[in-house]
Amino acid sequence: MPHDHHDHDHLSASGHPYRKDNDGQLTYWQTMEIAIRELMVEKGELTPAQIQAQIDAMDDRSPANGAAVVARAWTDPDFKKRLLANGSDAAREMGFDIGPMHLVAVENTIDTHNLIVCTLCSCYPRNLLGLPPDWYKTREYRSRAVREPRAVLREFGVDLPANITLRVHDSTADMRYIVLPARPEGTDEMTAEQLAELVTRDSMIGTGLPKSP
Amino acid sequence: MTLTPGSTVRIKTMSPLGHIRTPHYLRGKTGVVERVLGPFKNPEQLAYMVPAPTRTLYRVRFEMGHIWPNAEAPQDTLDAEIYEHWIDQNAP
Repeated sequence: MPHDHHDHDHLSASGHPYRKDNDGQLTYWQTMEIAIRELMVEKGELTPAQIQAQIDAMDDRSPANGAAVVARAWTDPDFKKRLLANGSDAAREMGFDIGPMHLVAVENTIDTHNLIVCTLCSCYPRNLLGLPPDWYKTREYRSRAVREPRAVLREFGVDLPANITLRVHDSTADMRYIVLPARPEGTDEMTAEQLAELVTRDSMIGTGLPKSP
Repeated sequence: MTLTPGSTVRIKTMSPLGHIRTPHYLRGKTGVVERVLGPFKNPEQLAYMVPAPTRTLYRVRFEMGHIWPNAEAPQDTLDAEIYEHWIDQNAP
């Protein structure tokens, strides 16, 4: 707990640790990126507006995209089949530009729960869910999600009964994963649009469950 | 190498340096092919921008109780993507 620290040199007046700023010298790779970017603009290969548009497009991606895919799968059984057979094609079918991403959807059922992790780095279906949460990239989550996943889930508030099989998916290479959560009870009358509001980011990583209506 | 879903495979125990996509905790472990993902350029070379051969990528399923002897729920599973050159063809 930050407030329990005794070393006040590293704490702000509010009792929280200072976050290191990023105003040091540029690294070799940062310098190279700026040099190449400026050269491409000078040579007319790219315009600053194109670069900004791509940054904006990346920032626009959010878990709402994944939630729309999940809600569609809950309401359209044929789409669900296509999603489980080929996640990339199903996402493209809904109009999401997922680039060359290879997406695998894994389904939570009455007896199976799925959890996604990338132990080697921080692979995440960014094209569909946006940027990963900070904890997803920590060594703690990445190591404990494969070593003691049920304990990790309890810390997220998901206490899996012993008769549920937990399947952990380590995105070690070229695939990216999304959990298709089980549709909550009491939602029979809801539209796909209303259902999408129940789908949380964590429920698509497997560290959470969808909200109840 | 052509493996089909259901094939039992053992992961090699080698420890090469570099951009390796087979985590240490699975090396030497035995699992079952869950699905064949198809051919991909080997990221172990691709990462260094040198010519990368195409290799078959598999999803292999391991039992938690096999990976971690004191697993809380040994029947739980772990799936990972494993390139064909990490699969030991001489192992049962």
